[in-house]
Amino acid sequence: MPPIDVDATVIANRRLSRDYNVLTLSAAEVGARTRAGQFVMVRPAGMTETLLRRPFSIFEVVRDGHGTPTAITILNKRAGRTTNRLYEAEPGEHIACLGPLGRPFTPVAAPTEAVMVAGGVGLAPFATLAEALAGAGTPSTLFYGARSGQELFHLDFFERLGVTLVLATEDGSRGERGRVTQPLDRALAARTRGSTMIYACGPEPMLAAVAEVAGRHGQPCEVSVERTMGCGLGGCYSCVIKVKHGAEPAHFVRSCISGPVFDGAEIVWD
Amino acid sequence: MAKDLSVRIGSLELPNPLIAASGCFGYGLEYDEIVDLSALGGVCVKGLFMTEREGHPPPRIVETPAGMINAIGLQGIGVHRFVKEKLPLLRERGARVFVNVCGTTVDEYVEVSKVLSQAEGVSALELNISCPNIKEGGIQFGCSLVGTGAVVSAVRKATHLPVIPKLTPNVTDVPSFARAAEDAGADAVSLVNTFLAMAIDVETRRPTITNVLGGLSGPAIRPIAVRMVWECAQEVKIPIIGMGGITNARDTLEFMLAGATAVQIGTANFADPFVWSKVLAGLEDYLERHRIDRLSDLIGAFDPTPPKAVHA
Repeated sequence: MPPIDVDATVIANRRLSRDYNVLTLSAAEVGARTRAGQFVMVRPAGMTETLLRRPFSIFEVVRDGHGTPTAITILNKRAGRTTNRLYEAEPGEHIACLGPLGRPFTPVAAPTEAVMVAGGVGLAPFATLAEALAGAGTPSTLFYGARSGQELFHLDFFERLGVTLVLATEDGSRGERGRVTQPLDRALAARTRGSTMIYACGPEPMLAAVAEVAGRHGQPCEVSVERTMGCGLGGCYSCVIKVKHGAEPAHFVRSCISGPVFDGAEIVWD
Repeated sequence: MAKDLSVRIGSLELPNPLIAASGCFGYGLEYDEIVDLSALGGVCVKGLFMTEREGHPPPRIVETPAGMINAIGLQGIGVHRFVKEKLPLLRERGARVFVNVCGTTVDEYVEVSKVLSQAEGVSALELNISCPNIKEGGIQFGCSLVGTGAVVSAVRKATHLPVIPKLTPNVTDVPSFARAAEDAGADAVSLVNTFLAMAIDVETRRPTITNVLGGLSGPAIRPIAVRMVWECAQEVKIPIIGMGGITNARDTLEFMLAGATAVQIGTANFADPFVWSKVLAGLEDYLERHRIDRLSDLIGAFDPTPPKAVHA
């Protein structure tokens, strides 16, 4: 289905910390089409200092009692002008919301197990993926790393879905101290049978490390990347990333339409 | 009564003056699902050399006040793959295809133009002699009157298609380049390409984009582009395709009043890919309000009578 542009209203703005918030947007039509890993291009109405939209993973599809989508949410982290504006947004404000866009994750089914690896705001695509995996009865684990325990969000949501949680923080305030790829590496080494699909989203050095760990253990891996994006539709060629597919020479592809989800083994990391 | 939005560029009749700007609309097919390509005046596809090009390493864009700087570096699939993979589909969609022709030498412009002239479904050739982001060719021709004339006349001899050089604003006197293009046999001129620009990340003290320099586009450049179109319109008789920060019907009319026969929309399409139908509706509304039947009557209809002083 083609993407649509919704003049969405902010239904709620839940501030999770000094930097993170979850915005609920009245983009039910986008939610109805969303597959896990896809994104929206958003732009707050009345933004005068910037022109372009910003890409956000669709964090949650909000549904009513009948399961009908009523809204979507996005997980926002303050980093620049638009994200600051989105942090401050008040209910009732309008935000243009174009989507869903991009290539989604490929959810696996049992007996294959699923492992999700999130770093910081890279948690964003995993709420919808965890729901899809739970719906298919796929056993899944979330390896989730952040700067501190105060920046680990939504844990009860994943627990309710039956997702096993493995946490890591840079300051050691919760879970293991250090990088989330350390427990991931150990878990994959301890596997005895079956196959595991690894999904990752977070800073690129983490994605490169996850792809390396996955490759070393011979397991498939899908990573969701974020590059500076102009349009989200393949028009501007800004968001390119270098991939190497089979015997072809490495070349730049647009992460908005060829991704944002890629086979981790095919990306040529910087 | 339905308004007539059609315009003519030489032998080419377009149903309306809105053309998707090169480098801002992929090869057109990226927008197939959400934009009726046949409803646009034209689709100017991304610049093509003889062979594929990788372009610059990212980051390739940065936002600046009311605009953006880009240095994509003309990543592209090359003319042969375009003709084979994209052109048949564009033809099927009923798009009027303008192809942005690139070259590092005069011969390459001629070769690319010949391939496109032999293919079915190309409406016009826009000669890219103004991309600020590549080291060889391109803007080197566009910054020299002799170079501009050489590329235009060589391509003119090699094709039956309308030849439309795209001019750079990064010269002192754009009208003299429009004149050189007209003298060399151009059917029209496109102007302006982006303004060479730069933005520094003061926290890191490093460039914001890998190429350091890039081209500035968006509403920030519009008043300068309007001025250049107006100056060129007084210098040449051939049609002008105007561009630079157009986001709506008002901006489109501003360029047309200054003397543009058609316009291109680029950066605004990134922010709103549905801009096309909104601009067309705005043009219809303007003609309705001003009781004008034909949009083309407004080309160059700028009235230089000084505005009234406004008293408080």
